[in-house]
Amino acid sequence: MSHTLKNLTVKVWRQDGPTAKGDFETHVIDSITDEASFLEMLDVLNERLISQGKEAVVFDHDCREGICGTCSLMINGQAHGPQRATTTCQLHMRSFKSNDTIVIEPWRAGAFPIVKDLMVDRSAFDRIVESGGYITSPTGGAPDANLIPVPKPVADAAMDSAACIGCGACVAACPNGAANLFVGAKIAHLNLLPQGQAERYKRAEAMVDTMDEHFGSCTNHGECSAACPKEISLDVIALMNKDYRSAKFKNRKELSRN
Amino acid sequence: MTMLEDRSTTNAKLNSKVPTGALADKWDTFKANAKLVNPNNKRKFKVIVVGTGLAGASAAATLAELGYQVDAFTFHDSARRAHSIAAQGGINAAKNYQGDGDSVSRLFTDTIKGGDFRSREGNVYRLAQVSVNIIDQMVAQGVPFAREYGGLLDNRSFGGAQVSRTFYARGQTGQQLLLGAYQQLSRQIGSGGVRLFNRCELVDIVVIDGRAAGIVTRDLLTGQVTSHAAHAVVLATGGYGNVYFLSTNAMNCNVTAAWRAHRRGAYFANPCYTQIHPTCIPQADETQSKLTLMSESLRNDGRVWVPKNADETRPAHQIPDEDRDYYLERLYPSYGNLAPRDISSRAAKRLVDKGQGVGPLKNGVYLDFSAAINRLGRNVVEERYGNLFEMYERIAGENPYEVPMRIYPATHYTMGGLWVDYELQTTIPGLYAAGEANFSDHGANRLGASALMQGLADGYFVLPYTISNGLAPLLNKSVPGTDHPEFKRVEAEARDRYQAYLNVKGTRSPDYFHRELGKIIWDYCGMERDRNGLEKAISEIPALYDEFKKDLRVTGTGEGVNQTLEKAGRVDDFFQLGMLMCKDALTREESAGGHFRVEYQTAEGEAQRDDENFCHVAAWEWTGDANNATRHEEQLSFETLQLATRSYK
Repeated sequence: MSHTLKNLTVKVWRQDGPTAKGDFETHVIDSITDEASFLEMLDVLNERLISQGKEAVVFDHDCREGICGTCSLMINGQAHGPQRATTTCQLHMRSFKSNDTIVIEPWRAGAFPIVKDLMVDRSAFDRIVESGGYITSPTGGAPDANLIPVPKPVADAAMDSAACIGCGACVAACPNGAANLFVGAKIAHLNLLPQGQAERYKRAEAMVDTMDEHFGSCTNHGECSAACPKEISLDVIALMNKDYRSAKFKNRKELSRN
Repeated sequence: MTMLEDRSTTNAKLNSKVPTGALADKWDTFKANAKLVNPNNKRKFKVIVVGTGLAGASAAATLAELGYQVDAFTFHDSARRAHSIAAQGGINAAKNYQGDGDSVSRLFTDTIKGGDFRSREGNVYRLAQVSVNIIDQMVAQGVPFAREYGGLLDNRSFGGAQVSRTFYARGQTGQQLLLGAYQQLSRQIGSGGVRLFNRCELVDIVVIDGRAAGIVTRDLLTGQVTSHAAHAVVLATGGYGNVYFLSTNAMNCNVTAAWRAHRRGAYFANPCYTQIHPTCIPQADETQSKLTLMSESLRNDGRVWVPKNADETRPAHQIPDEDRDYYLERLYPSYGNLAPRDISSRAAKRLVDKGQGVGPLKNGVYLDFSAAINRLGRNVVEERYGNLFEMYERIAGENPYEVPMRIYPATHYTMGGLWVDYELQTTIPGLYAAGEANFSDHGANRLGASALMQGLADGYFVLPYTISNGLAPLLNKSVPGTDHPEFKRVEAEARDRYQAYLNVKGTRSPDYFHRELGKIIWDYCGMERDRNGLEKAISEIPALYDEFKKDLRVTGTGEGVNQTLEKAGRVDDFFQLGMLMCKDALTREESAGGHFRVEYQTAEGEAQRDDENFCHVAAWEWTGDANNATRHEEQLSFETLQLATRSYK
């Protein structure tokens, strides 16, 4: 059964552009049903701002079903808010109480510069994937799909890692702004599968090196995994480190020529 | 408006160019005769691909691998966000790995039949043929499809089919396929084969001397309007389900690219063919911004029912079997809970309309897993559907292991789209449409797990062949650049259009108008349509559209990020498309698949086609006014199949 929340104080970060000075803007939501999603609460706020002739709060969002990875938001200091394994778009107002104060900020990370208000630039993630987060298999040359059996536990483990939605919560939650969980997840997905073996070490090396150009270093806090809406395990970071270290040995012959 | 004014004309532009010969040989015949561009010459051609979903990403990556210069565009921040990502259930392919009698010709037959004999035979046969290549390609890309213990690929069954041909990756098949295509695209971006323009929206198409010369885009970060010239343009920009406001589409899905192409001369086909998905979470309140789909795969193990008594007050688990109506099993014994989407949706609507709905607003039906949990054990059910159950609980606040899910139909997919020929070329030479943006393969109704198949078929295995056929004759001929006056004119028009939204300075937001428009379209051009309702919609939409033009309020400016302004442009195009949808629905005086006209039904309430008068594609030509489009017809003929009434009983 639905309930109505009364008197919510919403403090939302407003910032005109990447270099502008930002500040919190305070709004009171008198009443809203707890069936509303968190972003629908922001929709209601934006409708009100527009009716007052003010600019709507800018925030990234799209599928609103927890899979596209577009939405973000630090909600009361937590990436994607208080509910375990839930993106902001699937967080519902039933997670809050009447008279609550809700503080909304953009992802906080040096590698994700603010674009406007709550929108940030996460393209550093794409740069990492472009550097090696794929299996080279041009269209047309693939053998029959059942030619390479993949043991079920391997397929399942690869799928666990591949579930990453690239939202950036891991980076936002990390005190160092490290992207190890994101990169580890992609490396684990591809390096666990038989199809990914040919480029396994090249991939690990290229992706980690690109990551290091943009992001901070991991110091094993584990905040990333705790914040991850898809509950990606810290194990992927161990696998990434192992493959990166192996890559450095395996490629030594090649490196010595440079 | 009378029917006579809307009488169709045949048109030389609607040449489907399907190769002659036996159905099974047509694609081979095409490939054998298609003109090629030699590897060294490919780099002389530029191809623009708009959209980076399954169709766009796979096309852009493959064209770049072949050696073409590719510019790819997405309005998202990253190419990985497109709404293909949200497809849950799976992808069909005629692999027959289960040895249960599947074949290319059976997938073809199921698709034609599922589409209620309103799709083009040649295209559908090709789709079934290349389906097998898709699975090979995606496994090679590292898509972690579900496996059997022996390591081979697993399959599940899906609505509208009697074989298990659906490949899946938990409930995230769309995500995994899109990431596969995104990664392949990323490899090309990294190596310089593709230039990606992100947060960049197509706002117009430029046609010079009857040929697509390029596109005009608006940078969503700066508001800057820019021209891009190319030898060919591919629109892989998805469907228009968001015309209903509430749908399972992502918030940013829109019709702008297809609509702007339509306004420049591309015919728009069968806009009234929209698909209502039977298993979505019912609307909970008035702030609702979108509806969430629960995968159709749930119908494999869930049983759909409503209480027999409209006054039922007991909680679901206390209602004994004799007081439940398992209506799909009752009405359609051979397909049962797996009856096709349109049939299942209408059955649910009728019972809810009769007052037998469940939930606080009595706006849903039960999808019950208790029998499956008893039969298979909770573990197996959790393994198959765990993430879907969690998703349901997050949204609805109820635990489906204990309480049956509540579901109701919602708009999900649009079979209509830009008219294309066998080469996926629109009526504007040089302009192609792929994936949900075109109309070609699903007829009046799409089968489950076939959207992913079609998007990837178009992008990976069709366009790369047909584009070379179109480009080869242009070798060493100059094409207009962005300094051509037509580019400047279209750019100026686009700037003026966006400035005009800002200048209205009325009182209502774009979302207000979108919601109101959506209500009209849902009420009169939704699950069931009739003449009175459609005529009403056709008179109400222009009135609301006038109000939009006079009373719109867009705050902020045209420079920098302005999501309200982006939305205004999209809603503008939805208004015009909405008019055309209703007109198309009104002129199609039959029921077929997702288009159900109340006047045309059998005694049992099933869709009644009129093959004598409507066995054709309706392709609409823009005449300068959404109210006065011209209707053309492409006749459909079936060489191997007999036109038959669909029966899933």
